[in-house]
Amino acid sequence: MARSSDDVPAWVDLALLPLVNLLAAFAIAAVVIAILGENPFKALWVLFYGALGYGEAIGFTLYYATNFIFTGLAVAVAFHAGLFNIGGEGQAYLGGLGCGLVGLALGGWPPAIVLPLAVLAAMLFGAAWAFIPGYLQAKRGSHIVITTIMFNFIAAALMTYLLVNVFIKPGQQSPESREFDPSSWMPFVHEVAARVGITIARSPLNMSVVVALVASVGVWVFLWRTRWGYALRVVGHNETAAVYGGIAPVRVVIGAMALSGALAGLVGVNAIMGDQHRLILNFTGGYGFVGIAVALMGRNHPVGICLAALLFGALYQGGAELSFDLPRLTKEVVVVIQGLIILFCGAFEGLFRPRLLALFRRAPAPAPAKA
Amino acid sequence: MITRRQGALAAVAAACMMVLGAGAQAQEFVPALVFDMGGKFDKSFNEAAYSGAQKFKKDSGVDYREFEVTNETQREQALRNMARRGATVVVAIGFAHATPLQVVAKEFPNVKFTIIDGVVDLPNVQSVLFKEQEGSYLVGMLAALTSKTGKVGFVGGMDIPLIRAFACGYRQGVVAVNPKAEVFENMTGTTPAAWNDPTKGGELARSQFDRGADIVYAAAGATGLGVLQAAKDLGKLSIGVDSNQNHLHPGSVLTSMVKGVDVAVYNAFKDAKAGTWKGGIQNLGLAEKAVGWALDDNNRKLVSAENEKKVNDAMADIVSGKVKVVDYRAGNSCPAK
Repeated sequence: MARSSDDVPAWVDLALLPLVNLLAAFAIAAVVIAILGENPFKALWVLFYGALGYGEAIGFTLYYATNFIFTGLAVAVAFHAGLFNIGGEGQAYLGGLGCGLVGLALGGWPPAIVLPLAVLAAMLFGAAWAFIPGYLQAKRGSHIVITTIMFNFIAAALMTYLLVNVFIKPGQQSPESREFDPSSWMPFVHEVAARVGITIARSPLNMSVVVALVASVGVWVFLWRTRWGYALRVVGHNETAAVYGGIAPVRVVIGAMALSGALAGLVGVNAIMGDQHRLILNFTGGYGFVGIAVALMGRNHPVGICLAALLFGALYQGGAELSFDLPRLTKEVVVVIQGLIILFCGAFEGLFRPRLLALFRRAPAPAPAKA
Repeated sequence: MITRRQGALAAVAAACMMVLGAGAQAQEFVPALVFDMGGKFDKSFNEAAYSGAQKFKKDSGVDYREFEVTNETQREQALRNMARRGATVVVAIGFAHATPLQVVAKEFPNVKFTIIDGVVDLPNVQSVLFKEQEGSYLVGMLAALTSKTGKVGFVGGMDIPLIRAFACGYRQGVVAVNPKAEVFENMTGTTPAAWNDPTKGGELARSQFDRGADIVYAAAGATGLGVLQAAKDLGKLSIGVDSNQNHLHPGSVLTSMVKGVDVAVYNAFKDAKAGTWKGGIQNLGLAEKAVGWALDDNNRKLVSAENEKKVNDAMADIVSGKVKVVDYRAGNSCPAK
């Protein structure tokens, strides 16, 4: 955000540059696809059509995007406090456990009570899981990158233990809990739309997407419009200055991690209460890690994160369609395409920047000065 | 902006779909296969399904559609997509497909579904289960008969009931031969990565060898390759799983617990083509020759005629019902500790 104060129009920095990066990524991807013996234009068409071409595809894209918004916001909040939270995966896992417990325990209660409780439980469990690494970082100096990634494994071990030994129905092959009572399901968007007379294709998209948008606005207000958010950003920029200004970094670090974990935990609401309606293993499917790329691409700003989440949601859904329709493009090729986009939009972000900015800086600004 | 682009895309797409759809209209036999997470080249479970489908393709000349699931949400989507795009028989690999299939099979009552390792009780679903405990019992017996130290090992993949059933059958077989034998049991991990971690599999096997085991049974997908390698490197013995892995290290792989996933996939396709496909639950064990132990030139020298006879006698006893092998999954507990 800060860099857009260069003397170029904001749209160049915020829209044109990402677009150029994206096109470059697709160009390289096209070469890879061509080498593999498929028509790149057809492949990219299948990718786009599969992601946004029809109602169900859009539903799936938005469902994935919802997950990415949560994990992207989680990474961004921690990042603004100077922390690199790569434990979104584990925090999302625990979030799912939290709302899953509510779903299992409060089956049959009115949705107006169960759903808010489920959302709160998911946030609480996610926050608790991130609180520990936050505490260790703030008080003990244990590096957050190491502890959060280790907590991913502890979360996986905990969930496997619970599902294999505690929640599993005896005699059942699959380690999963019983289905929740339908009253505790997060309503599907197509059902809600049907109630008001609009027909939308059936998809896993559920009302968690609204929670995601509210969370995005909330994060923006918190970071840029509250004292807490200000303190958080100051610590992230310069901890010494923060101490000088009377801010206690310990509390900020722990608080930022807890908030980050709470946001990641909301993935559980989308995946467990919204889609699966039972506790299962591995429902996080890498969303926590993709959240890092989403936050990077979205420049740690909620608006950017929502857009980047949409892009990655489209890649997830379109990528599945791609390997479905063109079997020669296996799931690994889809990962390559996603990787290229991360590479160009994240790591190579500076590749076209200087030239592009120079192009637009030169044109309008000096003209009146010379005249 | 998005809606306008979507509108334009949808319009072009609709035109394309009409062209594509016309091509797919012709009533033909279209088999389809949905792999479990881990992918079709895992050298084990999924790959067995793949080779079954490949064999069908070679024998019948009919190509099949396939999809590799990469996250949980895709399972239902993949099954529905296969059915919607004209598949006549869809084989789903892995128990995790049971719940999504419950939904999709109801939506497409005219499509035939076969699920491997799971049960869905619907008329258009064929559920294929394997009695892994029976095959594991036999290799457990052979391990105990062959072991000089009285200590044998087991390396599982992910800690799930299915793998515990392998371990439990193995234990029962070991104890049946030598009640005093010690069985070391380790699971590789708690995430799906545990199916594809040969390094860790090798380390676990080494630690079991260090504790005195001289034979280790691997039921861990591609992770097992590390177990087999470690046994080879240390001059010990190993037991392979799912496919016949005796040839990987001739003279070091004592035997393999073969699970006929390939046969199940092949039969589902073949029967559907011939019109003899039937729904219902199949529980395949030693009697159906769907599980078993592998004896070929590669391990011939490792198995004495006496031991071969003992194992084959036990096989006959299990088939006749004289010996009962407990399935861990029946009560989530194992009689042999």
